[in-house]
Amino acid sequence: MRGKVLGKSFNLMLSSVLLLFAASGCTPKSQTAKPTLTVWHWMTDREPAFNELAKKYEEITGVKVNFELYAPSDAYTQKVRAAAQGANLPDIFGILGEKRDFASFIKAGFILDLTPYMEANGSIWKDSFFSEALSVNEFIEGNSYNVKPGIYGVPIDIMTIQLLYNKDLFEKLGLDPEKPPVTFQEFLDIGKKIREAGLQGLVSGWGEVWMIDCFANNYAFNIMGKDKVLATIRGEVPYTDPDWIRVFTLFKEMQDSGVLYNGIVTMINKTAEQLFANDKAVFAFNGSWCVNVYKGMNPDLNYGAFLPPQVLDQHPYSIWGGAGSSFMVSAKSPHKEEAVKFLQWLTDKNQQAYLAEATNNLPANKKSVTEIPDILASFSRSIEFATHPNVWGVSEFSAVIEAFDKGIQSIIIGEKTPEQVAAEVQAVKERELAKQERR
Amino acid sequence: MKISVYYKTKKVTVNAVIHLFLLVVAASCLFPLLWMVSSSLKTQEEIFRNMSLLPAKFHFENYYYAWMEGGFGRYFLNSIFYTVSVVIGIIIVSSLAAYGFSRLKFRGSNVLFYMFMAAMMIPIPGSFVPLYILLNKLHLRNTAFGYILAMINVGLSTSIFMLKTFFDKMPKELEDAARMDGCSKFGIWRHVALPLSGPVLAVVVVFNALNVWNEYVLALIIFDSKHLMPLQVALTTFQGEFITRYPLLMAGLTITAIPIIIIYLLMQKYIVKGVTAGAVVG
Amino acid sequence: MRIKSTLENYLFVLPAVVIFAIFYIIPFIWVFQLGLYEWDGIMPTKTFVGLGNFREIMQDKIWWQSMVNAGYITIIALTFQNALAFLLAWACDREIRLKNFYRMVFFIPPVLSEVVVGLVWQWILDGNYGLLNNWLIQLGFPNLARNWLSDPKTALTTVAVIHSWKGFGWGFLIFLAGLQTIPKELYEAARVDGANAWQSFRKVTIPLMIPVAVLVSILTILGTMQAFVLIIAMTGGGPAYHTQVPVLRILAAMRGSSRFGYACAQGISFGVILMAISFIQYRFTKKARQA
Repeated sequence: MRGKVLGKSFNLMLSSVLLLFAASGCTPKSQTAKPTLTVWHWMTDREPAFNELAKKYEEITGVKVNFELYAPSDAYTQKVRAAAQGANLPDIFGILGEKRDFASFIKAGFILDLTPYMEANGSIWKDSFFSEALSVNEFIEGNSYNVKPGIYGVPIDIMTIQLLYNKDLFEKLGLDPEKPPVTFQEFLDIGKKIREAGLQGLVSGWGEVWMIDCFANNYAFNIMGKDKVLATIRGEVPYTDPDWIRVFTLFKEMQDSGVLYNGIVTMINKTAEQLFANDKAVFAFNGSWCVNVYKGMNPDLNYGAFLPPQVLDQHPYSIWGGAGSSFMVSAKSPHKEEAVKFLQWLTDKNQQAYLAEATNNLPANKKSVTEIPDILASFSRSIEFATHPNVWGVSEFSAVIEAFDKGIQSIIIGEKTPEQVAAEVQAVKERELAKQERR
Repeated sequence: MKISVYYKTKKVTVNAVIHLFLLVVAASCLFPLLWMVSSSLKTQEEIFRNMSLLPAKFHFENYYYAWMEGGFGRYFLNSIFYTVSVVIGIIIVSSLAAYGFSRLKFRGSNVLFYMFMAAMMIPIPGSFVPLYILLNKLHLRNTAFGYILAMINVGLSTSIFMLKTFFDKMPKELEDAARMDGCSKFGIWRHVALPLSGPVLAVVVVFNALNVWNEYVLALIIFDSKHLMPLQVALTTFQGEFITRYPLLMAGLTITAIPIIIIYLLMQKYIVKGVTAGAVVG
Repeated sequence: MRIKSTLENYLFVLPAVVIFAIFYIIPFIWVFQLGLYEWDGIMPTKTFVGLGNFREIMQDKIWWQSMVNAGYITIIALTFQNALAFLLAWACDREIRLKNFYRMVFFIPPVLSEVVVGLVWQWILDGNYGLLNNWLIQLGFPNLARNWLSDPKTALTTVAVIHSWKGFGWGFLIFLAGLQTIPKELYEAARVDGANAWQSFRKVTIPLMIPVAVLVSILTILGTMQAFVLIIAMTGGGPAYHTQVPVLRILAAMRGSSRFGYACAQGISFGVILMAISFIQYRFTKKARQA
């Protein structure tokens, strides 16, 4: 009885499989005059807006643009890498992650050099962008990755990462809701008030280590200035330098003052967003995309944005920001020119304004910053203070970054002292430098 | 008289304790399911504000939206097709192999078996990339057939291991009887071994069905055409880069959980029956 | 005749071997030899470093820490999870009410996606607003309330317990299948011989369940050592390195620091260790199984 059932289903399976095999083999390739462009992206939230724009582009130019979504970004990265190995990259795609990987893609010959297009006609395309957005996609003269200098990607939005505070909870604490803290000491003092009131303080995705890195880095710039930080990355200054220990100590101070949410070290950013949106945290450290997120979870949230409260005021403010997402053109694409034309259209004033409105992301085109909500505007105003690891021209070793961020986690949970962590990070740095010497 | 009362109360208490234990564990298992369903009927704002399991209003339309927006129709069919194909494929391939390793003698049988065992223990990190290139070379990359074959391989070792364990335990009398009746080796496999291993086969079915049903990374990497994608890919529509639309995601997850639960319920019966257990001893 | 018979034998395992050879062996060889290189996964050029990666792994303290963590979770799984699974299977094997209900409900955790499991448990275990702490305080144990997932002392155990919760359904299923195949006649015979419940359990159930128990433990060890999705969802491997596990390290090398070769070397060392553990366990229980 069972055998019969198996036999039947086996036959069914075999025939359907053969059928599919046959079907997959013959897809008629229609000969169209105008090419079709394929774009691979990971931006789920923007898929409807992208499709609208693709339709519009086809009406105007007759060129069909296929936006294909592969999410989440982790899986997207794997797909792009596999496709690169199999020589199957689409016309337009994005590269997520570190500059070093971007550099590898370029050196392996997968990415089209866009500099000639950017600088054509008196650099008209290049100048339409916020310079911070472009620098993330640019390799400057003498960069440490040995990439030929030039612009290799097109930013389609910008973002900045800042601090946010809940105005309602501020009132509850007896603070002026229009006056966020300006100095770090003020920030710590608010922490004490938070603890006394039984509320919770700062939330952020510090379980996802890069956010700790961002926060720590902002303060590193504030305490010792950009040049010294870059010198440390180059190996000229040790992490055991008193300035760095000062940076590490900030986290201990924050933890002791009560200004951090209890459990922030394992928090993912989505949880942080949900907590802040539901009035469960006084502060948040998040990027400009959060405006959309909070609106969706709690449209009545009363909050504001502010720059990181200064520890010292010798060095200028510094936050992370720059291009949010960027697209690159495949060097092996048979439709290079068409692809570039499409990207030029996509980053044009009107399309950028449309995207900004439809998706609440900041436009990369300077002229499109028109009708954006207040809170988003305050994010965009701070772009002038923005920097980003991808524009420094040097990269820290991944092992060092990991030791750095995990070390800070240890400080927050009270397992290690700032001095211990500094020594450990420096040890990892020296090991990595030695490895590099040997290669 | 007193003694029987003692035994009776002991029996009742033991039963009560067992029941309590079962109920507590069952409650902990049901809770996330109930939370998932109840969240699917709430609104985005309500999900984390209203902590109770009862939504303020029952938004059944979330299921409709989830189905439509996720394009569930096509992806659902794809997933069913892949799961059924892979499960049937694995049952045949792994039971044949397990029977071979367990009951048949041939040179290298031990070596081959240990190879399969070793495969269970050595995870290949980043195996997606070589699989991609391999399928590309075989011209099977963007095809359902290629995906199905790759997925059959994924569950092969564990299924062979489970089946061989049970085939080893199987008493030889029935096989000997069949052999004396003139049954070929293949016939014995089909008419004796397979039916006897009902419960284990059911476990193999559930195990592989779950694996295939939940798989999505390999599918995402090797498929370029949307119409080949399985259901899990549709779910990523709701997990945006920044915004997760929880109600729709929960509705989608609930829809996704239903077929697997059905498969499990169906297979459960085979595990219960323990097929022809009596005939073997008798 | 002999040749035909032998060929027939090979035919049984042929489909499995062919699929295996194509989809496992070939990628395995590719990955194996990659362990000898330093490669970022993108560039067409690779640098040969011989055993350099393996030497580095020996000194990688974080790698060994992650192994210990995985080992800890596995031990909890072997004891807590499988004991629970067996007890529940045994309870459901008898004639009790609601048997079908329990059988259905216990398999829900494995079926649920990690997304839901991660979200729900995070919500329950949250240090400030979580359900668990709420209950503890209400029941009168406020000092037991803590930050389950971020406190370095409890993070790993919490993760291990939740992992066991999600996985016991499998053990339950397999144990149940095993218990069902024990012929009822054996129990009858034991009862006729005058054995009470405990004795028939010891003399009938346990011996016949040992092969199944071995199967379950091997599967448990292999499955739990390779766990990672749930951990990412709940703690991201933190705080610091308290809940890191080997697969997370491999992923970190592959994607985070783009060291594909190193990741492959890690994968191979991991595989070797798993094989050694399984081998030891197999040998150890050989006597028990043959009894």
